[in-house]
Amino acid sequence: MTTLSNDLEAGRYFVPVPSRWPIRSAVALLFLVAGAALWLNRGGSGPYVLGIGLAALVLILFGWFSDVSGEGAQYNSQVDRSIRWGMAWLIVSEVMVFAGLFGALFYLREISVPDLAAGGRSADLWPGFAGGWPVTGPGLPGDLKAMQAKGAPTINTIMLLCSGAAITWAHHAAERGRRAQLVLALFVTLALGTAFLYNQSQEYRHAITALHLTLSQGAYGGTFYVLTGLHGVHVAVGATMVAVMLIRALMGRITPHGHLGFDMVTWYWHFVGIVWLLLFVIVYVI
Amino acid sequence: MNRFWFQAPVTEIAQRINDLSAMLLVVILAIMAIVFAIMIWSIARHRRSVGHAAATFTGNRFFETLWTVVPILIVVGIAIPATSVVYAMKDTSHSDLTIRVTGYQWKWKYDYLKDGISFYSELATPRAQLDNREAKGENYLIEVDNPLVVPVGKKVRILATANDVIHSWWVPAFGVKQDAIPGFIRDTWFKVDVPGTYRGQCAELCGREHGYMPIVVTALPQDEYDKWVAEKLAAAHPAPATTADASKMFTMDELKASGAKVYAAKCAGCHQGAGQGVPPAFPALAHGKIATGPLDGALDIVVNGSKKNPAMMAWKDQLGDADIAAVVTYVRNDFGNTAGDAVQPAQVAAAKH
Amino acid sequence: MATVLAPNQPLPAHEQKKGLARWISSTNHKEIGTLYLVTGLAMFFVGGAMALLIRLELFQPGLQFMQPEFFNQLAALHALVMIFGAVTPALIGFSNWMLPLMLGAPDMAFPRLNNMSFWLIPPAALLLMASFFVPGGAVAAGWTLYPPLSIQMGPGLDMAIFAVHLLGISSIAGAINIIVTILNMRAPGMTLMKMPMFAWVWLVTAYLLIMIMPVLAVAVTLLLFDRHFGTHFFNAAGGGDPVLFQHIFWFFGHPEVYVLILPVFGMISTIIPTFARKPLFGYRGMVSATLVIAFLSMAVWAHHMFTVGMPAGAQVFFMYSTMLIAVPTGMKVFTWLATMWRGSLTFETPMLFAVGFIFVFVAGGVTGVILAVAAVDVQLQDTYFVVAHFHYTMVAGTLFGIFAATYYWLPKMTGHMYDEKLGQWHFWLTMIFFNMTFFIQHFLGMAGMPRRIPDYPLQFAEFNMISSIGAFGFGFSQLLFVYIVVKCIRGGPKATGQVWDGAQGLEWTVPSPAPLHTFETPPRVA
Repeated sequence: MTTLSNDLEAGRYFVPVPSRWPIRSAVALLFLVAGAALWLNRGGSGPYVLGIGLAALVLILFGWFSDVSGEGAQYNSQVDRSIRWGMAWLIVSEVMVFAGLFGALFYLREISVPDLAAGGRSADLWPGFAGGWPVTGPGLPGDLKAMQAKGAPTINTIMLLCSGAAITWAHHAAERGRRAQLVLALFVTLALGTAFLYNQSQEYRHAITALHLTLSQGAYGGTFYVLTGLHGVHVAVGATMVAVMLIRALMGRITPHGHLGFDMVTWYWHFVGIVWLLLFVIVYVI
Repeated sequence: MNRFWFQAPVTEIAQRINDLSAMLLVVILAIMAIVFAIMIWSIARHRRSVGHAAATFTGNRFFETLWTVVPILIVVGIAIPATSVVYAMKDTSHSDLTIRVTGYQWKWKYDYLKDGISFYSELATPRAQLDNREAKGENYLIEVDNPLVVPVGKKVRILATANDVIHSWWVPAFGVKQDAIPGFIRDTWFKVDVPGTYRGQCAELCGREHGYMPIVVTALPQDEYDKWVAEKLAAAHPAPATTADASKMFTMDELKASGAKVYAAKCAGCHQGAGQGVPPAFPALAHGKIATGPLDGALDIVVNGSKKNPAMMAWKDQLGDADIAAVVTYVRNDFGNTAGDAVQPAQVAAAKH
Repeated sequence: MATVLAPNQPLPAHEQKKGLARWISSTNHKEIGTLYLVTGLAMFFVGGAMALLIRLELFQPGLQFMQPEFFNQLAALHALVMIFGAVTPALIGFSNWMLPLMLGAPDMAFPRLNNMSFWLIPPAALLLMASFFVPGGAVAAGWTLYPPLSIQMGPGLDMAIFAVHLLGISSIAGAINIIVTILNMRAPGMTLMKMPMFAWVWLVTAYLLIMIMPVLAVAVTLLLFDRHFGTHFFNAAGGGDPVLFQHIFWFFGHPEVYVLILPVFGMISTIIPTFARKPLFGYRGMVSATLVIAFLSMAVWAHHMFTVGMPAGAQVFFMYSTMLIAVPTGMKVFTWLATMWRGSLTFETPMLFAVGFIFVFVAGGVTGVILAVAAVDVQLQDTYFVVAHFHYTMVAGTLFGIFAATYYWLPKMTGHMYDEKLGQWHFWLTMIFFNMTFFIQHFLGMAGMPRRIPDYPLQFAEFNMISSIGAFGFGFSQLLFVYIVVKCIRGGPKATGQVWDGAQGLEWTVPSPAPLHTFETPPRVA
């Protein structure tokens, strides 16, 4: 591996002037979590404080990234490399979040549920609990049907895969300066991402009303919603970023030599797609 | 030696742990001696103030290999005896006696599975000593009302579980510590070689009174143990200390006075002194829905426990009818509550199921 | 339209902000480093005050000063504040100050993100401190927050969880910043195998942070869900298991202790060569040892759980992996000894703390070997033996390292030499009172005293009294440190750029105090 180091000929590394965005974002996040804490503890002002924090955060992100966008012309290739490395490591940290959740699912399914079920070490405390998967738990009533891979999840998989292809196509278009194609491809990506979210919400509705599967339905309910839900949040964030890129493309701001932000969104979108594939196999299929 | 070492072992496992520890102590003292000797020599001899000039070496294949290989060998040397002790500690097969130990906030319950003997074991140190009003006794904080009784020389299997949060059953003299996890059974074993009384403490933070739920085990020779079992079985479910005549009637003032004492001793730990509770886990009793609602509901939850929240146990096993009547009366008529009713022991008896 | 500046083109002047605005909006690694260091010092005293309250209650058997719940709150918050409010910010403060200087870089890779990482700390600290004043008080389930006990807590737990979320964002962003700075901003000619050991340990530490902080977030978030949203991740009735939390938490928790100690290893590897006037012995070996420690550290977590009832095979696996980690750690100690050996040693305060560190850290490390042996751990788990072990490694280890680094780099940061006489006093007082407080706790644990209890049986009285006296001596000795630091900032003998005659590295080629902007044009390194 070539060690990455500065190339003097390529100019100075851009160091931004003092900025208020960082402390503002810290304050916004404080409002966000304080509001959440209040809301969870039945404090009446909770939702409002949270709302203020969230709104502030959105505005701050907009402002901060606008600054970054404006500075783009002053970034040399070294700064470009910094941002690519930074995004890569951010995605690694996100992978670890999902790794933790998959780990929890594995533990519940393979270790704690069998322990509580007939033949397990703790079976005497829970007579009549047969275990298996999907399952709610020995202390919760009711049967449970697994979420089927056929139908909505399979469609979602196809849509996300296609959106991955679409954003790759958009990337090709961007590199060649083909604006019309770029816009179209981004639009398709966004449409597929949005359709995914809609489809997923419909699946949730079906799960809750027809199958009576909720967050509080034990091991299966908890892991199903937390895993797919967190993924859904990531799709929403990704789709928002794709939408921003679409607007920038329409404004002509994505050029063959100036599309670092777009590249970063592409990476993120692929990450979101790969996590879905894992989810699809582990949560739905097996 | 005692204050600087483990408690005297009375089981083979505890002895093996002690021996392993002694071996480890020798190893680590040797390591520290070597490291510190080298450092002190260097500090003394290689200082600029005695005129020592700096060498320039930055590597030495021999030493670098030595201090990688030798530690690995030491680690392997420790691992071999250690592994066999671990497997021995986990082997609960072929036990003579099985006892289920359940951790509660903040006491232990013992169930002898074969004989059907069952009782709670709670801290017996008087309140006066805890409050610094009286001099502390020799077994301050490590004495209970009903110790666990086991026969000497027999393999006792312990099935540890808990009613509410994680506790840990620990008797240092036995070399036994097993986490008690709610909803799960985890087993361990011991075989006591020497008759006597052995004391331990809960070893997993379990709330306010984690330091106040000790373990006391009395190991008896087989014949005395058999006598104890017979006595336990003969006494029908031992009545909690303050059971009064079931038909006795008390006045509101008597009930509230007595109830306040019961509340302070048994309820305030979770529901707090003024009944404010610590929601959501420990609901407020002041203006609480169940506390001030129909008497049936209030009695039911105290007598038979809460299905939703196992930390609220069935107090019928713990308190006499008179005490339950008193404390329910107190709660319903204090903390700003004004239910107005006085609960009698007979009503408590009727509420049990 | 502005474009990339050529290397020798002068920077456009930006108005240097003054007063509060300067600190709020800084994008300068030195200013942000200072913010971290000052915050760490302040929180050290907050956490220390909690410790003294704990030791005050434990001075004698019986409850004299507080109720058990408050004692448990103090114990939990003492740990959270010390780990996340004092030690971590102090370490990051030094990484901020010194990494760009050592690498010949103009600043960190992402200067604004750097500022955000700092400014997330005060809100998190505010949440933690404010939690004392909500109904039910601060969380009283240990810093480890095990369910189901933690789920019984009041809003104080929610505030602690959200503080952890904020700290997690701060750390992950900081770690990304550090990795990218080290990988991408080294001066031309400085290959990875030529960069200072301090940079290597930070590269590895940052990698660990990125791997583990998200997992901590998962643990506390699932806790939040079980508490408020009716899930059963840690509840057997729903097929869950309280022990699952322990697995997730300690998967974070064990590498976390290496996050806290590896930077200190880097500091010691910097300080000893300076005062031995001899290059660091075995650079390649040190790099390998650091990588092996990081790798192994992610495979040992269940040694915090030896009494939960794991199958014997699992116990044995974690026993072996834990004992193995002693090998690369021992290697580092031997390397430091070999660096001192046949050097030309002087013992100014940084070296006193570095050498003192080796003495006490080795003591802490070997008690770790004892705890690693699962069979013995059964007697020691959740006792004061463990408390002694981690205070030896964390206080004697991490804290002494931070003190050493402070004395070492204060002249570079302030332009003045600190008062050497007072520094020596600080060292000896700290060393003596530290050992008085914690050595005796090993015996308390072996004799059977559990952790996290506000009152204890009479046989533990004498040693507890000694420990408490030591604690107060230790605590008050640290006031001397504050005095020394403040005095040095305000004035003192002028420091040269080189400061220490044996010091090597790019940071000693700039004047003292280091100018606000350094290496705007990176130097070429041979």
